[in-house]
Amino acid sequence: MAALEIDGLDVHYGGVHALRGLALTVGEGEAVALLGNNGAGKTTTLSAVSGLVRPTGGRIVYDGRDITGAKPSAIVRLGLVHVPEGRRVFSTLSVHDNLLLGGYAVRDQAEVRRRIDRVYALLPRLAERREQQGGTLSGGEQQMLAIGRALVTGPRLLLLDEPSMGLAPLVVAAVMDVIREINAEGTAVLLVEQNARAALKIAHRGYVIENGTCVLTGTAADLRDDARVAEAYLGGV
Amino acid sequence: MTQLVWNGLFVGSFYALVALGYSMVYGIMKLLNFAHGDLYMLGAFTGFAVLGAAGGVSVTMALPLLLLVLVLTMGTTGLAGVLLERVAYRRLRGAPRLSLLITAVGASFALEYGMRAAAGADPRVYPVRLGGTSLEVLGARVTLQQLALVGVAVVLMVGLNLLVTRSREGRAMRAVALDPRAAALMGIDVDAVIARTFFLGSALAGAAGVMAGAHYGKIDFMMGFLIGLKAFTAAVIGGIGNIPGTMLGGLLLGLLESFGTFWLGGEWRDVFAFGVLILFLTVRPTGLLGERVTERV
Ligand SMILES: Nc1ncnc2c1ncn2[C@@H]1O[C@H](COP(=O)(O)OP(=O)(O)OP(=O)(O)O)[C@@H](O)[C@H]1O
Ligand SMILES: [Mg+2]
Repeated sequence: MAALEIDGLDVHYGGVHALRGLALTVGEGEAVALLGNNGAGKTTTLSAVSGLVRPTGGRIVYDGRDITGAKPSAIVRLGLVHVPEGRRVFSTLSVHDNLLLGGYAVRDQAEVRRRIDRVYALLPRLAERREQQGGTLSGGEQQMLAIGRALVTGPRLLLLDEPSMGLAPLVVAAVMDVIREINAEGTAVLLVEQNARAALKIAHRGYVIENGTCVLTGTAADLRDDARVAEAYLGGV
Repeated sequence: MTQLVWNGLFVGSFYALVALGYSMVYGIMKLLNFAHGDLYMLGAFTGFAVLGAAGGVSVTMALPLLLLVLVLTMGTTGLAGVLLERVAYRRLRGAPRLSLLITAVGASFALEYGMRAAAGADPRVYPVRLGGTSLEVLGARVTLQQLALVGVAVVLMVGLNLLVTRSREGRAMRAVALDPRAAALMGIDVDAVIARTFFLGSALAGAAGVMAGAHYGKIDFMMGFLIGLKAFTAAVIGGIGNIPGTMLGGLLLGLLESFGTFWLGGEWRDVFAFGVLILFLTVRPTGLLGERVTERV
């Protein structure tokens, strides 16, 4: 069964028609890449799924449940967690407080501690900096913190918006490795990326969107070999 | 000298209590809640009504009774603050700042003239005055009632600070203040957190209102206007949005007024507050302890 099923999704921002009947699915435990140019509607898609923007049409079904238009705080509790574009770590709070906030909706405090320990094991750089203010971390560390914070919520499907943005190539590789590892442990991933090459390395399948609709979909290998993708997103291989 | 310090700290603790609500609400939704001073006024009148309903008060029972009234009043003004947010501010959250500001001024008038319609324009005499036994402390004359009021203010402020810095709810408040959308993505119900912030801030203002009523002995529907502006000043001095800074700002403003009026005369009292306000807004708008906001990448 699919973890996430989006069908006929429409989003308007005032007069701007940002998504036009968008459809996509993410299976249990699957890693799916969502590619597209600036302004194609990638962020809008994730925001509609996580409840930050209200769709004007269509359906979003997660785990067999219709979550179209639900509140973000309710959606997180279902294990559907969005790591937003630009990391958005809480700049004046410590690394540890940022992680504790990931556990806000979790009742069992022992479980929160276990999850934070696991995040520190997965991302040791965060453990070394646990008392440092989030806003003073490097870009790569902030991305790790944003991902780590999302892991503490206990996600079953992680929505990642351009985690490689603004990072040096080596750091991009490290972030992608972490995402691959998270996925390998059973968490499904919907990965938005401008860096198509990096995304298609860890994704099983992918979608290309333009002007708010899907124009192309296939397995990661198919997309890598597709001439149109190669030209538009891989810098012409 | 010590007398001036004590008087300043005493008045300053009222300012600090009121300023905290101002500051918290500003911190969490960048709203200058001009109606905040009027919640202080509402607190004074609520206390007045509860005390009136309790009938005559013997002097020996005054302090415990006042504490009970304080709790009831804090609950009432707290809920009034939540209602204010729900009715007047929530829909405007994404709107331009100016719309919010105008709404806040409107809410302030609504509370002032609503109270005038309900209770009349004449000042009311508070039905309880605390006994005036006084002590000598380091050369300053300190009454027991002043000590009690300052004690209550300190307990409330320390409690608030613990709540905000140590508890899960406080962490959620700081997260919403920094970035409401990111906070929502952590599973925080932003509406609920903002409502709780209004409750706390308004409850503190209500407490200050009762304390002022019991101390000065007279209340009227406009009493919140000036203290609202002074609380705003106190918040700006300390760093609006910053809780320890705001407490410090309240105490400093109290001290400044105390010394300033001693040297220049009582008619200068309000000049200090607004002079300092203008000074800080031009020279150091982040206040003494204002958070240096780290740039997001
Ligand atoms: N808050 C908003 N108000 C108005 N228009 C918006 C808003 N957010 C996005 N849009 C518009 O919606 C369209 C899709 O934007 P979106 O942010 O989803 O693109 P994206 O694919 O994430 O782009 P990028 O790769 O640059 O992040 C764009 O035309 C954008 O201008
Ligand atoms: Mg985007």
